[in-house]
Amino acid sequence: MQMTQPTKWKAKMKHIISLLMENEAGALSRVAGLFSARGYNIESLTVAPTEDATLSRMTIVTSGSDEVIEQIIKQLNKLVDVVKVLDLNDGRYIERELMLVKVKATGALREEMKRISDIFRGRIIDVADGSYTIELTGSGSKLDAFLEALDKTVILETVRTGASGIGRGDRILKV
Amino acid sequence: MDDSNQQKIGQISGAEIIMRCLHEENVKFVFGYPGGAVLHIYDALFKQKYFKHILVRHEQAAVHAADAFSRATGEVGVALVTSGPGATNAVTGIATAYMDSIPMVVISGQVPTAAIGMDAFQEVDMVGVTRPCVKHNFLIKDVRDIASTLKKAFYIAASGRPGPVVVDIPKDITADFADFDYPKSVEMRSYTPVTKGHSGQIKKAVKILLEAKRPMIYTGGGLVLGDASNELVKLARTLDYPVTNTLMGLGGYPATDNQYVGMLGMHGTFEANNAMQDCDVLLAVGARFDDRVIGNPDHFLSVPRTIIHIDVDPSSISKRVKVDVPIVGHVQSVLGEMNELLAAETKKPDASALKTWWATINDWRAKKSASYDGSSSSIIKPQYVIEKLWEVTKGDAFITSDVGQHQMWAAQYYKFDKPRRWINSGGLGTMGVGLPYAMGCQLAYPNAQVACVTGEGSIQMNIQELSTCKQFHLPIKVILLNNRYLGMVRQWQEFFYENRYSESYMDSLPDFVKLAESYGHVGMNIEKPTDVEGALQDAFAMKDKFVFMNFMTDQKENVFPMVPNGKGLSEMILGSDPNANDAADEMEG
Repeated sequence: MQMTQPTKWKAKMKHIISLLMENEAGALSRVAGLFSARGYNIESLTVAPTEDATLSRMTIVTSGSDEVIEQIIKQLNKLVDVVKVLDLNDGRYIERELMLVKVKATGALREEMKRISDIFRGRIIDVADGSYTIELTGSGSKLDAFLEALDKTVILETVRTGASGIGRGDRILKV
Repeated sequence: MDDSNQQKIGQISGAEIIMRCLHEENVKFVFGYPGGAVLHIYDALFKQKYFKHILVRHEQAAVHAADAFSRATGEVGVALVTSGPGATNAVTGIATAYMDSIPMVVISGQVPTAAIGMDAFQEVDMVGVTRPCVKHNFLIKDVRDIASTLKKAFYIAASGRPGPVVVDIPKDITADFADFDYPKSVEMRSYTPVTKGHSGQIKKAVKILLEAKRPMIYTGGGLVLGDASNELVKLARTLDYPVTNTLMGLGGYPATDNQYVGMLGMHGTFEANNAMQDCDVLLAVGARFDDRVIGNPDHFLSVPRTIIHIDVDPSSISKRVKVDVPIVGHVQSVLGEMNELLAAETKKPDASALKTWWATINDWRAKKSASYDGSSSSIIKPQYVIEKLWEVTKGDAFITSDVGQHQMWAAQYYKFDKPRRWINSGGLGTMGVGLPYAMGCQLAYPNAQVACVTGEGSIQMNIQELSTCKQFHLPIKVILLNNRYLGMVRQWQEFFYENRYSESYMDSLPDFVKLAESYGHVGMNIEKPTDVEGALQDAFAMKDKFVFMNFMTDQKENVFPMVPNGKGLSEMILGSDPNANDAADEMEG
């Protein structure tokens, strides 16, 4: 699934913000602390070192009006450890998230779960007597759609990584 | 990694490295208080001759004094505290400096590296505790990082939008040995503050300024911190435009100049607030449109005007008020460029529009919104004390204040003609800063007149510093406006809580004269208006004495004008209105 940038921002839009920061102890807490101190919303936050081990790349999914997003970007840039900030929604980008879902797989459900997983291009990565664990990647909305397609009572457990995002084509976030 | 604690030839201890770093930074004073985690540092301090250590009586005062030293001189203030309670006592001082963007380096001791996270004696996660109220902070984990970290700390504190930087150093690191090599410069890929403003934006700003019919110049603490007072005066005089200063910006433009319309904001003048509201072009310099300055932002934006905003911090621009021409850069360099453009410009401001605008402003001025009823011969009006303080010190003192009514009266009635003379906690509003602030100023300028305008509530929040003043022979003059109330709290309770003076009366006050005398200072009680001027003259004539002046002032005096919380700038209540207090009641909500 791909997401493209809508032409007009709504009053309160979801934004995916990517940033590069010094891979130092406490750097994550500075970003998390900024969001809580200023009352900004965080839907998800993922972080890991890049190919350059001195840098971490973080993806933050947040929402807010244009003014709030502008402030978030400015405040992130103001953090001394932050090297670069990019609002992915300013251009074309790809978003991916990984989800693991453990579902009931007994009787007729065993076939049913396999079929739904296939439709969403999921992979069954663990098979037990009464359950399957399905691995699924895609945009957040695809993962949401998968969960909605399932009967709530069959879901035993879910875990999601939160979104990662990258700009399309020439949009490169690098030092 | 070499973990041995063996000293090799040429190596010095971490504690000694700290001393050398401070020397490299030309630090003259370190304000501090010793304790377990900083014993190695204090031992090195004992042996050095680079700087003077000022032993305070509470760590909070150390940070405030370092903060004031910076405010008065423009240099980076330095404080040194121990781990745990020493560090947490420093936090109020750090937050105070952070809110007012004061460059400072605070070195805190930490428990030994191996004990971190073990709930060791006097352990607190200082980096975690201070994270929301510092520009940046560091925990040093290797003796070889001390010099480069302190270099970065001083650089970060003083550059861009200044602010406090905390450097937390575990005890074992200060005992380890390393070579001393102080970096000449700092390169940080993640931190590159802007200096010069965008020249296209500056040109655009000048063009808009020259087209203004009702111009207004509004400057804040950023102008003072950016040392751009001369550039502002030049710009304002060239254009003949009115100027207002925020509480933090007082002295940025000379208060005795006719183009100055007074302070603006919650307790600003009628003319400043109205001109701010009614102008068609607003030039904001190093100011941040905060809630005490423009009141309700929706009300402020209900009338159209073009806003030009110069600030070194992009996040200050369009934060509360959307601006039309943002200019990110050092205020001094941007105003300098504007002056150059104006000098080369043939177009002049619209003289007839300006004449009309000044006439309107002068009508507002004629209201004399800063007047008060000084007719009583038995009760001292607090405003009168400040007026006389200004006269007696010939307007040339360093005035520190605490927080509350006395702070507003000092701001309204002491006419500051120079920047860095008015030292107060504007952003955080920290009671208790006044006396340590005066210490920082007096140490920076030993021969200057330094007065601390305070209230009986605030002064007791750091009263222990009378002892520090004794030890270092600081001839500060304390101007206590003693109304036996937490005056500003009482004023709000009168206006908005139907006179329910909940916990705002100060009972059981000490005999301040005896208290001062017990520290070897001079104490004075002043109870009659006719004694005010003489007492001030006597006090300031004692050039080598700390004088504690206890003025018994009117208990019911309120600060006017006042823009009630959440109201707009043109909705202010004037003190000259005979029903001012009732009007304030009605404004509630």
